[in-house]
Amino acid sequence: MEALEALRMNKIVKSFGSLKALDQVDLTVAKGEIHCLLGENGAGKTTLMKILYGIHQQDEGEIYLNAKKVKISSPKEAITQGISMVFQHFMLIPNLSVMENIILGQEETKMGILADKESRNKVANLSEKLGLKVRLDMLVEDIPVGEKQRVEIIKALYRGAEIIILDEPTAVLTPQEVSELFKVLKTLKEDGKTIIIITHKLKETLAVADKVTVLRNGKNQGSITTDKATPEILAQMMVGRNVMLEVVKGKVEKGPVIFETKGLNLKDKLKNINLKIHAGEIVGIAGVEGNGQTELLETLIGLCSPTSGSIIFDQKDITKDSVEERLDQGLGFIPEDRNDRGLVNNFKLWQNAILGYQKRYEKKGLLDFAAITKASETIVKNYQVKVLGIDSKSSSLSGGNAQKLLVGRVFYHNPRVLIIAHPTRGVDVGAIEYLHKEILSMRSQGKAILLVSADLDEIRQLSDRIAVIYEGAITIEGDGGDFTEDELGLYMAGGLRPESKVVKA
Amino acid sequence: MKIIKKAANLLLRLALALIIAGIILFVSGYSPLKAYKAMIWGAIGNWNGIALSLVQATPLIFTGLAVAFANNCGVFNIGAEGQLYLGAMAAGVIGAYLPPLPHYLHLLLALLGGALFGGLWAAIAAWLKVKANANEVIMTIMLNSIGILFCSYLANYTFKASGPVAQTPEIKSTAVLSRLSTGTQLSSAIFLGLALIVLVWFVLYRTKFGYEIRIVGANPRAAATAGINVAQKITAALFISGTLAGLGGAGQVLGLHGRFIDGFSPGYGFDGIAVAILGGNSPIGVLFSALLFGLMRAGGMVLDRTTNIPVDFVLIIQAVIIVMVAAPELFKALKGGVKDVRTVVKQ
Repeated sequence: MEALEALRMNKIVKSFGSLKALDQVDLTVAKGEIHCLLGENGAGKTTLMKILYGIHQQDEGEIYLNAKKVKISSPKEAITQGISMVFQHFMLIPNLSVMENIILGQEETKMGILADKESRNKVANLSEKLGLKVRLDMLVEDIPVGEKQRVEIIKALYRGAEIIILDEPTAVLTPQEVSELFKVLKTLKEDGKTIIIITHKLKETLAVADKVTVLRNGKNQGSITTDKATPEILAQMMVGRNVMLEVVKGKVEKGPVIFETKGLNLKDKLKNINLKIHAGEIVGIAGVEGNGQTELLETLIGLCSPTSGSIIFDQKDITKDSVEERLDQGLGFIPEDRNDRGLVNNFKLWQNAILGYQKRYEKKGLLDFAAITKASETIVKNYQVKVLGIDSKSSSLSGGNAQKLLVGRVFYHNPRVLIIAHPTRGVDVGAIEYLHKEILSMRSQGKAILLVSADLDEIRQLSDRIAVIYEGAITIEGDGGDFTEDELGLYMAGGLRPESKVVKA
Repeated sequence: MKIIKKAANLLLRLALALIIAGIILFVSGYSPLKAYKAMIWGAIGNWNGIALSLVQATPLIFTGLAVAFANNCGVFNIGAEGQLYLGAMAAGVIGAYLPPLPHYLHLLLALLGGALFGGLWAAIAAWLKVKANANEVIMTIMLNSIGILFCSYLANYTFKASGPVAQTPEIKSTAVLSRLSTGTQLSSAIFLGLALIVLVWFVLYRTKFGYEIRIVGANPRAAATAGINVAQKITAALFISGTLAGLGGAGQVLGLHGRFIDGFSPGYGFDGIAVAILGGNSPIGVLFSALLFGLMRAGGMVLDRTTNIPVDFVLIIQAVIIVMVAAPELFKALKGGVKDVRTVVKQ
């Protein structure tokens, strides 16, 4: 394919207040190319694409489409120029059918009456030609995530998109759905469409893209074709230093079972959950989000009580204990969403550094500020939280630093059992490396660790044992090495049933 | 820098309010300059004016503090008015009916009674919220009517002093909060208010209890995850809020009126909401905004007394000032309040 230029963004500058989100960024994408825009959170990828899609306007710089200078001041204009964007959170109307969603705003009419047949044929053609399987008459709320994404892509094509921007398209997909998506993208490419993918995942970038442009802190770090790239090269471009992508997991002698659930049920959300976690062991819970992970976490920490079953901590039944009592006994919890249940964002760092452990800093009802200062400063230092001081608001922390604070808070207060949810979600590559090391060091100190994550690589790298949760039940459990990635993906999608594989005790 | 900017912003809004109210006055055929001169002179022009302003500010310190305390825990206490009445009635009855007691003991009992009844009245709303998932805004509003009318009943029948007025008998001298100077109505209730400002600040910012209250207010889900008993903290916060409002009512009875008089409050409890929000829900902020409201009330009273401008204009001027000064914060707080209610209810 000759490299005809489909898009060129030239020296784009964009500031939000005093923050320079994009600083002289160039991006050139050839026609019929799959181009990955790679970078950490806050690197400016999405901002750059929102400028292309007309949601934001650049302060400086030009955009050329097919070598012609254009000005895009709204998404509507972007669409007429042949640019469409599929967002991370789909913009579909749940209680309309797939068909209605696709033609919405672009209905074919004959003398004011909906020409249903024409539109239908057009959509069916598109879907067939490109292998985008969708059921046109289903309601959007009833179809799985992967299909919703295909609906979004067809919607873009129906509007005549030549350039399709996908924002973190794999974030919500199982590995199988990911490879299906990649197949679709390659078909689109053969059809001459240009595709831009916003992502921070190295492996996927290498699997699907022709060319990669890396952004860091709003600056272009250069472009590279994927045949010349390796994960290490890309990671270094993203972070600006060498990064260990695979953590080295030492051998740890397993201790006795410290934490156990017996036949845990929660209405129809959790079904007969039996888990055993030994000292010095990490048990990973793999699963597509929304399969009962949240309920499991909330039941274990004591935010809701199970309909039946019990939770045993160190041979003591803690099913009826309050959250406070569980924390006192040495249960440490890192919640799914640090901004929701983890941190109080407009409070100061020290106020967050003791949250959950405030009892330990109380002297006759008063807060012991000397002890609090010491603890907060130690957490900041030991867990590499980059912050001006312990009086800074925690809302000033970046995602990675906020997560380090959260992890530091729990690890510092000496828990015996750790329940860790999505420890590296929305965290940059450098911080991921660090957080993984810290979790493994907790393991070598003999803590019993339950790790819930939607990131399969994370689960596979850290876990000694892996259990897959699907629709509220553990469908299979085994040693970490027992599963290939594909197998895990199938279990996560509910494809394989437990009887198809022998469960090892 | 931030404080200077905030103060400048406040002054700007105050000026805007005076201009708008001035236009209304002018269009109606009165001189705005004359009106404002009378107001300002009346509020701060001489010792009597200052004393009048402080007298007006005193109950607002209590009710503002009450609303602010609950807001710090994420609960919107609209019921300070009812709690103020209950506290006033309790103090009036204890002050008038208890057998002879040493001075300070009697006073102390009357104050404690006022605090307790105000607190319990608010605790009803808390109890309904925690047990039955009732919305505390609606509960406290409804309890206002019940409380105020109940006190009115007591003043008309059960504890009525002889005479045509619906009021309780005069309190005994042993229960009086002493006047600060003869010739003014300023009583030592204002010192009680100042002491409570310090105490509430200390509790909120220096104790574990206050830390937990504020965490619940800022992020109830994070609080629950950190092992804080959210329902218990909300109950405690509403109870304390009620005791503060109740003490405000007791202060009016023991320091100013000398008895419970039906309808004694021109809406101190409701103004407390504006006072708290304008003061950013901080005890120090409440002090300053209560003083500002006191100045306005005093200025309005003098305007009414010394000019021929109809009394309705006083209310218009006050309303415009309150809207301009408090509204942006008020809307923000209301929006936040509603959101908080939802998240707490979800728990």
